[in-house]
Amino acid sequence: MASSDNAQSLVDDLLKGSRRALARLISRVENHALDAPEAMALLYPHTGHAYLVGITGAPGTGKSTVVNALTRTLRGRGYTVGIVAVDPSSPFSGGAVLGDRIRMIDLSGDKGVFIRSMASRGSLGGLSATTSDVVRVLDAAGFDYVLIETVGAGQSEVDIARTAYTTVVIDAPGMGDDVQAIKAGILEIADILVVNKADRPGVENTIRALRAMLDLGHRMKTVQHHGQRLVQMDAPPAEPEYDFWNVPILKTVATEYEGLDELADAIDSHRTHLRETGTIQDRERQRIESELVDRLREALLARLIAERTPAALEDAIQRIANRELDPGAAVRELLNGQ
Amino acid sequence: MSEQKIRVLIAKPGLDGHDRGAKVIARALRDAGMEVIYTGLRQTPEMIAEAALQEDVDVVGLSILSGAHMALVPRVIELLRAEGLDDVLLIVGGIIPDEDVPALKEAGVSAVFGPGTNTEDIVQHIRTAMATSR
Repeated sequence: MASSDNAQSLVDDLLKGSRRALARLISRVENHALDAPEAMALLYPHTGHAYLVGITGAPGTGKSTVVNALTRTLRGRGYTVGIVAVDPSSPFSGGAVLGDRIRMIDLSGDKGVFIRSMASRGSLGGLSATTSDVVRVLDAAGFDYVLIETVGAGQSEVDIARTAYTTVVIDAPGMGDDVQAIKAGILEIADILVVNKADRPGVENTIRALRAMLDLGHRMKTVQHHGQRLVQMDAPPAEPEYDFWNVPILKTVATEYEGLDELADAIDSHRTHLRETGTIQDRERQRIESELVDRLREALLARLIAERTPAALEDAIQRIANRELDPGAAVRELLNGQ
Repeated sequence: MSEQKIRVLIAKPGLDGHDRGAKVIARALRDAGMEVIYTGLRQTPEMIAEAALQEDVDVVGLSILSGAHMALVPRVIELLRAEGLDDVLLIVGGIIPDEDVPALKEAGVSAVFGPGTNTEDIVQHIRTAMATSR
């Protein structure tokens, strides 16, 4: 949209509390607008205050409903909350239907809440970098919490959840539990596990399966038994190691606001844990490192593609398809600038 | 590098519970490459204006089958303007009697689409309007 607003005045307005400026800056970042880098440079010194919580899980587990109820709970405790809800773009048309707001009707009319729906768009692995920037705009706007909701189905969504300090993974009874949990590989990133829709049958089975998966992840020790080497699960240490976080499994019925106080408390405990053990600095460093590497990869790829003609790329594709060249050799050739 | 998408808010103000039309439009616009924020049923004009602001949409589409359009639509327009969203394209769909259309357009509605509209016409209307405003 044509506008005379420059990055500087938008950032000034944002810092004064303009929700319109906030919305427009998020669009600039999402669109990779020409003045987005300038806006980010101006915003960055004002970030670092919000507590970032990632919320992920398979489709249909009730993520948006949990976000809705958790936000209300946090508002009840006096915190302001920004929400980024990411949904996939259609790989065919590039369009998207973003429906997370349907489940967040309780939050409308509350000026202490700002919800932004975001489509993943097809950009070259740049989703997590873009999401990080959108989160930063909300952070600079002064929200106490920023919740990042993503579908936990693919690696890029897992990466986004990783940009958070606390990651909440949501499951529900009857989702094809244990095998799905292994396959998805999202359990490893969970700081808190939530079994939503806990009023449904099968909830104890889901919890048991999740518990078993978590226990498998514990450190093992080997013991001797009748001369055989056996591997035995560690009993929970009597005096827990200082930096060890025991992933809690919580039950919620988000539509009824059941278990939400416990979830908010668990997030708070994890936050305290990260702070007291100094882990929060480690996480921040890892986060920055992986974002920097992602951005470098993207920038280098963009530069390379800009330097090579589309014909060179097309030629390489054709030769690989004709079995004249293997993909590895094609990469070396393209890098060497032929 | 810029990759701007047309963002559309599809909302159903008022009390009727028939959202088939709104969903069909949402899907058609998605298939045309737009990003559609669908807000669900029973939205108040205040909720719609607030969502349009937060989502920074280019277009707001209202689906109304209850007959309350002459009350709801001007109210939405008033609130959008109060939020500084004067440049948002407003379209209305649903059961709107022909004699009400001029008044709605006078109030600031860009187009009214009744039953039987080809979704392609809506896509074209939005694209044309966006091309001239950008």
